[in-house]
Amino acid sequence: MLSKAADLSLPARPPGTSASPRGTPAVRLDGVVKRFGAVTALEETWLQVEQGEFLTLLGPSGCGKTTLLNLMAGFLEADAGEIFIGGDLVTATPPYEREIGIVFQNYALFPHMNVAKNVGYGLRMRGVPKREIARRVDEALALVKLSGFADRSPRQLSGGQQQRVALARALVIQPKVLLLDEPFSALDKNLRGSMQVELKEIQRRLGVTTVFVTHDQGEALSMSDRIVVMSAGRVRQVGTPDQVYRHPQDRFVAGFIGDVNRLPGRLEACAGERATVAIRDLRRDVEATALRDCAAGAEVDVFVRPDHLGVRPAGEAGSLPACVAALVYQGSHIDLYADLADGGRVLVRMPGQGALATYAPGTPVGILVPQGGLVAFPPEP
Amino acid sequence: MRRGLRSRVLGISGKLLVGLILAFIVLPAFVVTLAAFNDRAILSFPPAKYSTRWFTRALTYRDFQTGLWNSLVVTAWASTIALAVGTGFAIALKRYAFRFKAGLEGVLLSPLIVPHFTIGLGLLVLATGIGAARGFPVVVVTHVIVVLPFVIRSVYISLQNIDERLELAAASLGARPGRVLGTITLPLLAPGLVSGWLFAAILSFNEFTASLFVTGQATQTLPVAMYGYVREFADPTLAAVSVIYIAVTAALLTVANTFLGLGKVLNVEQGR
Repeated sequence: MLSKAADLSLPARPPGTSASPRGTPAVRLDGVVKRFGAVTALEETWLQVEQGEFLTLLGPSGCGKTTLLNLMAGFLEADAGEIFIGGDLVTATPPYEREIGIVFQNYALFPHMNVAKNVGYGLRMRGVPKREIARRVDEALALVKLSGFADRSPRQLSGGQQQRVALARALVIQPKVLLLDEPFSALDKNLRGSMQVELKEIQRRLGVTTVFVTHDQGEALSMSDRIVVMSAGRVRQVGTPDQVYRHPQDRFVAGFIGDVNRLPGRLEACAGERATVAIRDLRRDVEATALRDCAAGAEVDVFVRPDHLGVRPAGEAGSLPACVAALVYQGSHIDLYADLADGGRVLVRMPGQGALATYAPGTPVGILVPQGGLVAFPPEP
Repeated sequence: MRRGLRSRVLGISGKLLVGLILAFIVLPAFVVTLAAFNDRAILSFPPAKYSTRWFTRALTYRDFQTGLWNSLVVTAWASTIALAVGTGFAIALKRYAFRFKAGLEGVLLSPLIVPHFTIGLGLLVLATGIGAARGFPVVVVTHVIVVLPFVIRSVYISLQNIDERLELAAASLGARPGRVLGTITLPLLAPGLVSGWLFAAILSFNEFTASLFVTGQATQTLPVAMYGYVREFADPTLAAVSVIYIAVTAALLTVANTFLGLGKVLNVEQGR
């Protein structure tokens, strides 16, 4: 399979053979700002996308991720700062000279052209000879497994097939960067999963630098090399999926990525890298980074993943008293919701089906809080 | 029981009302058509004997012949110019933000409100001022002004139905603005352009009030020639001309429907 990539005239760029000097980031944003009237859609942002990287811009709607994508594509002009693509300054370069490929949420296939004409559009605009266009369109369609669909109209294709055409159209021009704007959100759930795997495979094979915009944290975690978590026009954290999942830097990231429980706690001591917090009468270690400014005795919010919590018989040492509220069967696991005696509801995710028989709603239980895997932040102002 | 009776009465009278409204819409065309085939010179109803002599007279009457030719020439020029100008304005209004945009829109759509005789009179005064009164250029300009709002509306609605992301995608693929216009925007706009042109052509062909002011003996359009005729004669020749009018317009719409789909052309169903 891998040897096939060498035959493709698509952007197969093995490490070290890239056009730009090694180490030059594929995209660099230096202090980019975008305002719409009085609203700042994107606050001063510094960001680098490495060559061949799959970078995800993740955040709720209105967080500035699409603005950032449009700035990279050249559809919007930055109010301040500079944008570099492959080392070249492109801040004032129009989109048609940026050599980027883009796949929109609705695919934006040209309805008056057939599949082959759609895919070949970028090559025609570049004045590529007809025979070469035909060859490269064939290769691109083979890459997205749509050989034999060249003469179809976009209207005759399913959502997944339209997406493949859009992807082929963006890749055939050998873009310096591939931009994906929520490309999976219009697909049904089953198709979404298989398209994600396929896109990731194509991306890895071609080594094309990819910037992916999504609001779906599951998608971001499963596909990205790095994730940029954004909220309210600001970059909150940049890191690998594991970093943002296990070591969130602020409470927004902790709350947005994955399901999470928030337990009220009190800061006992802060020493070097670690801090000690008390949750009711349980003492637990957490990372101290976010708590530097807090005095001992201050109230803090402790965040813990549902799969890190456990359920024990009521009254067991090291657990918080609670009462089972509901059990939700999820197939591979059970979601158990419990009301804490101090108020507040927690979600405990348990593998297997054993819990269904053991914990009927109303049963008093103890919620086991682990020693590791906790993060704490000052409460919201 | 009473409820059932009342709703039945309401139902019947409702249908009756709709039927009457529809009858009133088609009645003039029906009466005129019958009159056109009436053998007698007096406009009477119903006709005692049928003939096509009024059609012969209509087609051989000199004023109608020149009037028809003038109308065709004026319509072709006016609707084509209005389409080109209106498309430009529609794109500007839809896609660009600029000062006095609302003002420009108001001026462009004002012929919908300003009476046609005002437009005709104004242009007559202006044309006389520059010594070009009653020439073809003035007639064409008058018609362009009168039909422009319809062209702009038609093209504007079609533009609204074009997803701007198509143009963004084209730009990202390396198409300069001119090529985006030529390869994406205009082809997708084609139905709107055809419908705009068709609207303009039908309106221009039927335009009477403003034409009455700006046309002369040599440049009079068919409706003006018909007006001149009805002031001198009272025979069914005009009815025959009306039937020809109806037939031509119907044929035009049928062709448009066959090749483009009437819904698309007239923008009746905008959702598609």
